Amino acid sequence: MAVFVGKDTKLIVQGITGRQATFHTKIALEYGTNVVAGVAPGKAGEKVLGKIPVFNTVSEAKEATGGNASVIYVPARFAADAICEAIDAGLDFVCCITEHIPVQDMVKVRAYMKGKKTRVLGPNCPGILTVDECRLGLLPTYIHKKGHVGVISRSGTLTYEATYQLTMAGIGQTTAVGLGGDPVKGMDYIEALEAFNNDDDTLAVIMIGEIGGTAEEEAAEWIKANMKKPVIGFISGRQAPPGKRMGHAGAIISGGKGTADDKIKALNAAGIEVADTVAHIGETAVRVLKKAGLYDKCHTC
Amino acid sequence: MKIHEYQAKQIMKMYGISVPNGSPAFSPEEAARIAKDFDAPIAVVKAQIHAGGRGKAGGVKLAHNIDEVKYYASQILGKVLVTHQTGPEGKMVNRLLVEEGSNIEKEYYLGFVIDRETANVVMMGSAEGGMEIEQVAAEMPDRIFKEYIDPTIGLMPFQTKRMAYNMKFKDKVIAKAQKCMMDLYNLFVEKDCTLAECNPLVVTVDNKVMALDAKLQFDDAAIYRHPEIEALRDEAEEDPKERAAAKASLSYVNLGGDVACMVNGAGLAMATVDIIKFYGGEPANFLDVGGDSTVEKIAEAFRIMQSDDQVCSVFVNIFGGINKCDVIAGGIVEAAKVVGLKVPVIARLDGTNHEEGRRILKEANLPMVHAVPKMEEGAELAVKLAAELKAKRAEGKEA
Repeated sequence: MAVFVGKDTKLIVQGITGRQATFHTKIALEYGTNVVAGVAPGKAGEKVLGKIPVFNTVSEAKEATGGNASVIYVPARFAADAICEAIDAGLDFVCCITEHIPVQDMVKVRAYMKGKKTRVLGPNCPGILTVDECRLGLLPTYIHKKGHVGVISRSGTLTYEATYQLTMAGIGQTTAVGLGGDPVKGMDYIEALEAFNNDDDTLAVIMIGEIGGTAEEEAAEWIKANMKKPVIGFISGRQAPPGKRMGHAGAIISGGKGTADDKIKALNAAGIEVADTVAHIGETAVRVLKKAGLYDKCHTC
Repeated sequence: MKIHEYQAKQIMKMYGISVPNGSPAFSPEEAARIAKDFDAPIAVVKAQIHAGGRGKAGGVKLAHNIDEVKYYASQILGKVLVTHQTGPEGKMVNRLLVEEGSNIEKEYYLGFVIDRETANVVMMGSAEGGMEIEQVAAEMPDRIFKEYIDPTIGLMPFQTKRMAYNMKFKDKVIAKAQKCMMDLYNLFVEKDCTLAECNPLVVTVDNKVMALDAKLQFDDAAIYRHPEIEALRDEAEEDPKERAAAKASLSYVNLGGDVACMVNGAGLAMATVDIIKFYGGEPANFLDVGGDSTVEKIAEAFRIMQSDDQVCSVFVNIFGGINKCDVIAGGIVEAAKVVGLKVPVIARLDGTNHEEGRRILKEANLPMVHAVPKMEEGAELAVKLAAELKAKRAEGKEA
């Protein structure tokens, strides 16, 4: 068991003939991901890495191979369209890696998602990895070890950093979910938390947030009301000046909203312990797991 | 991307929104020439900088004759304005907007932004015009009205009507106010804005609905489809280090302290700034070198960080995912050769190829570079060495 993707995922790679896409498809295959098809308009009939068949459209790829999920690596000006194409094809799960998609394009994508079954992760995200089963996106594989802690984050490198600290502390993971750093995106914390809450293998969740918006505050409310498992937090951007975009399009304090202090307060109010610095995420997790009597079960590597 | 008020007003005018008569001026003489053609008895001289709060800082003046226009223009041009949005260093005024004074009956607020939670464009309106909208939101949230706009059908007339009545426009100007809302929405969508604001929007005694102030901000990710907006960029408004970094595809924000950092990934870069502060240091910058660093890019990052005397140490904090630690290490060695290392460099390399990266640094045997195995140690050492160098520099100056 795991969340969103796993052994049953049959993956389609949109934009598979691009340099980055081919590189990461190779790593995904080596990790055991079931990559069934690629999509690149005008390149139908080709094979990538000697075996992955390429199709002109997502619906053709799905029809021919039974693909049920996709990962998108196409350039920013075509990426919103690529997400909608995957939704239209009726895939269960779509993950968009692409950065710098115009925000109003994503507003349209969100409107298009309404009433459809497809779950969308990203854009501008590192992807998702279910340990020893499946990898969509950019996550480095070797830092992950099998276990019982879920990871959710808005930032790529912080996902790796947190996962690595867990592994070094002997705490394995179920799935790592990178939500992405854009202001308007597919799934947010609550959708991922809900999935981890319902996953029998996951016993605790690490939630990594950053300045901008109020998604962490909303997640804190949801956790207080619904979460049956301990959550450990970290928020980056305590020193960020208001009105300045800190790398991610969504990481900006504006109109007095989205400060790290507000987020930490909201998480603490929901009973969530928040690591004081990025170097202490692993330590904090160990402490919380011990307190909850889950450490022995979670100490898997 | 931000633009000046006079540029925003020119765009609004193209979309049918009324704005006061006026033109930009770069000298007191030009300001006087512009004001000569006005019919109104009063001219307004407004500093053009990319920050709000200009009025309180002395950047907006009412002139009753041409001599006053010239006088105020000479006072404001070249002056450094410090407002609550500029930071303590302020911003130099290089341009003015000179426009006709308006006979104002009442002030309002009208703005459009993207609401993250609902993923819609939202129109916000209030009868509390001229005030900081953040202040209204904090103190009197019930005085701000919102209309969420479905992107598939756009802003509807029932919404502009509801907003116009909520904002309590008088009957005579309801239709004009509605049109203004529709025009501003069309502008917002067509030009890929992230913010479109009239604060204040005014009704004049002769029943005009007019944007007395105008602010537009644009989505950097969508600028590629608007070359006419890119052409309005004023590089003098941008931090020189931030501009140099952007040209090298580095994401850089100047924070003014003395401990610099170079990190891969925006989240870790923010967290590194935080940990420097946690150990008592003053962060000099946020710097994300991105996911596909090259040796040249790292060397350029060092050039930018060391381009003034403010920085006293550099903390390199890398967790190699897509980035490889050997490339980062090679970049540090290259920077030492090409740019020279003027301050202590503390390097924490972890993740992909970290052993190779650490080996490269060790073999290069650079006296300024301290390799550390752990992030905490690195942050503490960077703060300590910066303090030592700062003290040494201070002593040197005294001597």
